[in-house]
Amino acid sequence: MNRLINLLLIAGIALAVIASFVYLGLDLGELGSATSLRQMGAYVQRFLSPDLSADYLRAIFHGSLETLAMSALGTLLAAVFGIVLALPAAGRFGWPLQSASRLLLNALRAIPELVWAALMVLAAGLGPNAGTLALALHTTGVLGRLFAEALENTPPQPAEAIRLQGGNPLLAFCYGTLPNLAPQLLAYILYRWENNIRMASVLGFVGAGGLGQMLYVSLSLFQEAQASTVILAMLVLVFVVDWLSAWSRQRWVKA
Amino acid sequence: MLKADSRDPAAWPRLLLTLLAIALLWPGIQLSELDLGVLLPDSQNEMGRFVAQFWPPAHDEAFLQLLLKATLQTLAIATAGMALALLLAIPAGLLASRALSLSAASHGGVPSRLGCLLRWPVRGLLIFLRSVPEIVWALLFVRAVGLGPAAGVLAIAITYSGMLGKVYAEIFESTDQRPAHALLQAGSGRLAAFAYGTLPNVASELLSYTVYRWECAIRASVVMGFVGAGGLGQQIDLSIRMFAGGEVASILLCFLVLVLAADQLSRLLRWRLT
Repeated sequence: MNRLINLLLIAGIALAVIASFVYLGLDLGELGSATSLRQMGAYVQRFLSPDLSADYLRAIFHGSLETLAMSALGTLLAAVFGIVLALPAAGRFGWPLQSASRLLLNALRAIPELVWAALMVLAAGLGPNAGTLALALHTTGVLGRLFAEALENTPPQPAEAIRLQGGNPLLAFCYGTLPNLAPQLLAYILYRWENNIRMASVLGFVGAGGLGQMLYVSLSLFQEAQASTVILAMLVLVFVVDWLSAWSRQRWVKA
Repeated sequence: MLKADSRDPAAWPRLLLTLLAIALLWPGIQLSELDLGVLLPDSQNEMGRFVAQFWPPAHDEAFLQLLLKATLQTLAIATAGMALALLLAIPAGLLASRALSLSAASHGGVPSRLGCLLRWPVRGLLIFLRSVPEIVWALLFVRAVGLGPAAGVLAIAITYSGMLGKVYAEIFESTDQRPAHALLQAGSGRLAAFAYGTLPNVASELLSYTVYRWECAIRASVVMGFVGAGGLGQQIDLSIRMFAGGEVASILLCFLVLVLAADQLSRLLRWRLT
């Protein structure tokens, strides 16, 4: 019986794959035909000579700085809002606030950054401000949830001791809970920052500044040489961030 | 007796660190033109009116049919993309992995220099495929094969074959190597050694990672619609451009339901098949 159900499931998966190819009407034979391959080859060839003139490299550098600034500020804002929302979400101020803030965090987190960016472009106009806000909103949802979980799992005894000695709740939080919590919070923030740098480089596709906007504009103008420089810059950015985070993790976290 | 001391010994270093961080981030505020004011309600009438339209979500029949079509298209893009990605990822994973190295089987798990050298091109290809974000691939393919779901399928196929190939290779290497090595040294072919020595140990891990990636592919295919690769994303983009708040709200709701359903389905598949 169990085997039969598994076989049915596998048949269902195969059916779903075939159905999706049929539904999309993809003609893989035509995509792989000689003429379309030749067209794609010609298209790829135009990317092989990136524009490395000094002027353009300076523009790319500025774009990369913009991307970095967007991701850093977005993550920082998200950390602040995240901790503000995580306190009620961890059940510190009673259950009505707890469920309300959880709902808010889930809603923020469920909508992808790019959708937030498209909405923020309406609110804030074209430019990096929209990207920063979009990153901040989505990351608030993610970090808020992670922070709330960390808050729930942190040992309550130090804070209770301060309360029993007559310290007020704020002091108890700052000197009893936060020192235990801080390394974990910092690790989460850095991890999200890493993700956000990658995300910030593509948010520009909907007009939210940074390297993505340069890529979108140059592809729209059929300037493939410039576009390939931007793609190279994105790759370099991602590799540098990966390398830095791997190095710092080995150096500082493992110890 | 202990004396009450209200001084915080760590206050100065903290203050200095904060000031340093602010000094470092200050140019960033200029670069990113940060302005939180736009989030406040009725700072701009246009945005306020747009958000006010969110309730009630659009639910006339013609729009619901459009929504159903877009949802099916999103699902189909993710599934077809994953199927194509597997076609490339499985051979690439086998080629890139050290688990089936003949020299490793007879030298205590360390492959020869030549073997490492020959595996590098495949590894490099996988790195290249996955380090360009999928939405950039989608943008390039929209220019190459035209607007529509084909660009989305190809973009998912390319990025995910890079990720899956790398992870497969690592999963093959992380399991117990002795069964496969024993088979290889007894003279079996590499594919047979893989199928009877490695695969039984790693099948459940491979499956659960693949199902997880399918879930990610659904989310990615929604996002890729924004550059014109079909599905729900393209519909959101259109509705936002037409300032149709109600439509945006119902598409977002539909997206949430889709993600939740995919989550449940992948849980079911993992529970049944592993």
